[in-house]
Amino acid sequence: MIDSVKTAETTPGLEQPFADLGLKPDEYTRIHEILGRRPTSCELAMYSVMWSEHCSYKSSKVHLRQFARLAEQIDQRRGEKAPGAAGAVMVGMGENAGVVDIGDGYAVTFKVESHNHPSYVEPYQGAATGIGGIVRDILTMGARPVAVMDPLRFGPLEAEDTRRVLPGIVAGIGGYGNCLGLPNIGGEVVFDPTYLGNPLVNALCVGVMRHEDIKLAKASGPGNQVILFGARTGGDGIGGVSVLASETFDADGPSKRPSVQVGDPFAEKVLIECCLEIFAADLVVGIQDLGGAGLSCATTELASAGAGGMHVVLDRVPLRDSTLAPEEILMSESQERMCAIVEPRHVDAFMALCGKWDVEAVVIGEVNDSGRLTVEWRGEIVVDVPPRTVAHEGPVYERPYARPADQDALQADGTSGLLRPNTPAELSTTILRMAGAPNLCDKSWITSQYDRYVLGNTVLAMPDDAGIVRIDEATGLGVAISTDCNGRFARLDPYAGAQLALAEAYRNVAAKGARPLAVTDCLNFGSPEDTGVMWQFAEAVRGLADGCLALGVPVTGGNVSFYNQTGETAILPTPVVGVLGVMPDVRARVPMAFATDGDAILLLGETREELDGSEWAHVVHGHLGGTPPMVDLESERSLASMLVEGAEQGVFASAHDLSEGGLAQGLVECCLRGGLGARVELPSGLEPFVALFSESAARAIVTVAAPHRYAVEAFAEMHGVTVTEIGYVGGSTLRINADIEIPLADLRAAHTATLPAAMES
Amino acid sequence: MHSSAARSARVGVVTFPGSLDDGDAARAVRIAGGEPVRLWHRDKDLHGVDAVVLPGGFSYGDYLRCGAIARFSPVMGSIIAGAGRGLPVLGICNGFQVLCESHLLPGALIRNDHRHFVCRDQWLRVENVDTSWTQDLRMGQEILVPVKNGEGGYIADPETLEWLETLGRIVFRYINGNPNGSRDDIAGIRNEAGNVVGMMPHPEHAVEELTGPSVDGLVVFTSVLGGLLAPSMVTA
Repeated sequence: MIDSVKTAETTPGLEQPFADLGLKPDEYTRIHEILGRRPTSCELAMYSVMWSEHCSYKSSKVHLRQFARLAEQIDQRRGEKAPGAAGAVMVGMGENAGVVDIGDGYAVTFKVESHNHPSYVEPYQGAATGIGGIVRDILTMGARPVAVMDPLRFGPLEAEDTRRVLPGIVAGIGGYGNCLGLPNIGGEVVFDPTYLGNPLVNALCVGVMRHEDIKLAKASGPGNQVILFGARTGGDGIGGVSVLASETFDADGPSKRPSVQVGDPFAEKVLIECCLEIFAADLVVGIQDLGGAGLSCATTELASAGAGGMHVVLDRVPLRDSTLAPEEILMSESQERMCAIVEPRHVDAFMALCGKWDVEAVVIGEVNDSGRLTVEWRGEIVVDVPPRTVAHEGPVYERPYARPADQDALQADGTSGLLRPNTPAELSTTILRMAGAPNLCDKSWITSQYDRYVLGNTVLAMPDDAGIVRIDEATGLGVAISTDCNGRFARLDPYAGAQLALAEAYRNVAAKGARPLAVTDCLNFGSPEDTGVMWQFAEAVRGLADGCLALGVPVTGGNVSFYNQTGETAILPTPVVGVLGVMPDVRARVPMAFATDGDAILLLGETREELDGSEWAHVVHGHLGGTPPMVDLESERSLASMLVEGAEQGVFASAHDLSEGGLAQGLVECCLRGGLGARVELPSGLEPFVALFSESAARAIVTVAAPHRYAVEAFAEMHGVTVTEIGYVGGSTLRINADIEIPLADLRAAHTATLPAAMES
Repeated sequence: MHSSAARSARVGVVTFPGSLDDGDAARAVRIAGGEPVRLWHRDKDLHGVDAVVLPGGFSYGDYLRCGAIARFSPVMGSIIAGAGRGLPVLGICNGFQVLCESHLLPGALIRNDHRHFVCRDQWLRVENVDTSWTQDLRMGQEILVPVKNGEGGYIADPETLEWLETLGRIVFRYINGNPNGSRDDIAGIRNEAGNVVGMMPHPEHAVEELTGPSVDGLVVFTSVLGGLLAPSMVTA
């Protein structure tokens, strides 16, 4: 029997499984109040997925408002609105992805999103559909996707479960992204015990369009047709956002496999090409992809943002499985589907392009101005709701938060008492050990499974500081992106940790010669129902918002992922920050590799004794405590200006940000990347150990050929950046002071052996 | 002769649904000095092109078997016929798989021996320069181009491998490490006439200093253009 609106009116007392669908009793009561009756089972399904934490941001919304104001505040500080100037935000938060003006009539859209829980339950499909989802978000804005990146977090490298999830996740990202023909240009791979049982799979996509091609997700114009196109709807991913993404895993592990979607990258590839031709022919007035919450999300969001009303005939939805119930069709998260709003006069042309690409397309409904979303199934009305109440007026929680009681003790437990390497032999051993540590070692076992060449515009890719893609072959205009986060710093101080993540991504982009423009973030945290976790979240958001304001880079979009914990143990707070920068001519990019014998190596910035939360403390002592390195955003800004202007003038032969592992690791990476050694004299006044392993922020190393030395000094003076010459490029060893000398072959062996040994043993 | 040389050679680049490197192949043709002509899989008409590139990707999702469905597309019927008449055809990666499925080249490409997709900069040795696509390379020359595939292991029965070797049909061989378990380190082969070449590595990704590991791949494209513009070919 169909649970229609009529039935609901006549059976008010029917017991409904709202709790199993993830709704709280008060939320269920609110649905009653909105509708003036009990919801039908279809309506209940829609509200349950749309009011899930994942879709409604109900716990994070009150905090995220700080980001929404940023673009305006930054413009005010600049003292101008600067329309049309590179850096202006053209579409801000709230749409599928933010859009930034990069000049010359080009706009770029980019966003990072999480697919954590599905990737733990079913690593390959979870990660694959994570890529698929973010790519559709970018496509939906009217852009051609041009690159992806993937920040990843895993449990300890040696853990058995890491060997289950890591290869599957990597193969899934590769399998899907490679088939889409999108270069994978960077990301992160970090191991920490807190991610065991809750790996993080974040996926970033960047797309490019002309200003006039921006598309929005709204259904305007009564009479316009609602067209569902792409793959058929199946029974996969039902309740993915509510049951899977918005709950904590039990300690007895994953058992929610049917909630994971199954991807078909070929279907997505043809969908992309088909959409781009449809956009080029200007055939849609609004478009939305079907991701989390599937058709429920697409129809309510389109209607809510547009004319306000829509009628959908659910029987017309092409199905992979004819036995699906209407509730399941509304909740299914089957991949590779899009929903377009098309004027009646353009429907034939739209269908013809779908036919060209063999993409199935069906008119499933019509826009109206009734203010209601009505859904019909077998001749009966099964949904009759005000769409705003589903899509945009979900519950908002002011979750209580409190600084955890153990935070003081954690911060008091610094690294000053830890045993340090002192002798040249000890320092030498430590450098080698760090070079091969899981978080610092060579990641090519992973990155070589991703295509970084396709599309022919990849100028830099991992392991370089940032990925760079060319956008305009004639002018060389391009963008650089880096994602970063040190979760240990965020654990010690979430406010500072979020700013350090921002500062590092910002610095990475600038080190390549790109001017940082905008920010996307993926805020991965534990359960918001834990007051300590909620405090971490609130602090991180506040820190990020303040940091973005100070650096003049607005947040244009992102994603919050809560409930990243197994049982009582939350992950390290992991606010992954992606910074996008623009380069007027990508030929000016500065690679990290040491380039030429004899080039001077210059250390930019100040090194302090900052080892709390460092990679050294983690690797050598398994220690986490103290306070993270000082945040100095003014210095970050100065350093970035110097790096960008220097790059534009072509004075740097190489540049590399210093972060995890400090100067020692930075030197190792530059040497190995270029296959050239270095002769280094550590600055006096600092213990060699501190000079090598401190993780002070706002630092970079650059190499400079003799003729450019004067220019670099001038740039440094102009921007007030401290420059210390620490040696020169050359030889086949890394020599530090008179008494440390390690052959590059040994460093390479240590650096490259770790991952293959762990994955192939 | 001058008027012939002024017309740049037209090189078709086929797009199947799921083709990925078609834009890159077209760019390589352009940088090499030719005129790229995009060919659609459903279109039998080759639009009078002088040569054809089957690009990398996952044609038709690589369902069934890599290249197995593409082989039956309308455009392939015309290309197979053209190849029989001497039309230069280059299959790169998925294109190589299509050529094998089409029986324009012997053997097959199977899953990499390590069972992972691999993308890396790969050294190759040029083993044969008597083809439309390698005539401007030198015998024994070592070139650096990207390789990126999941199913790039070349395989054939022992007799075929032997005659490929003895008849000089091997065009490129992997050196400094075999990325996928190809038999005899085979990276590329040719047909008897030398107009059809299939290769797993991607010369179209090594045509610009800015984006490639080298510009070694460009010679593959200038080779065919040079051949097309030679007086003997133009008047033929």
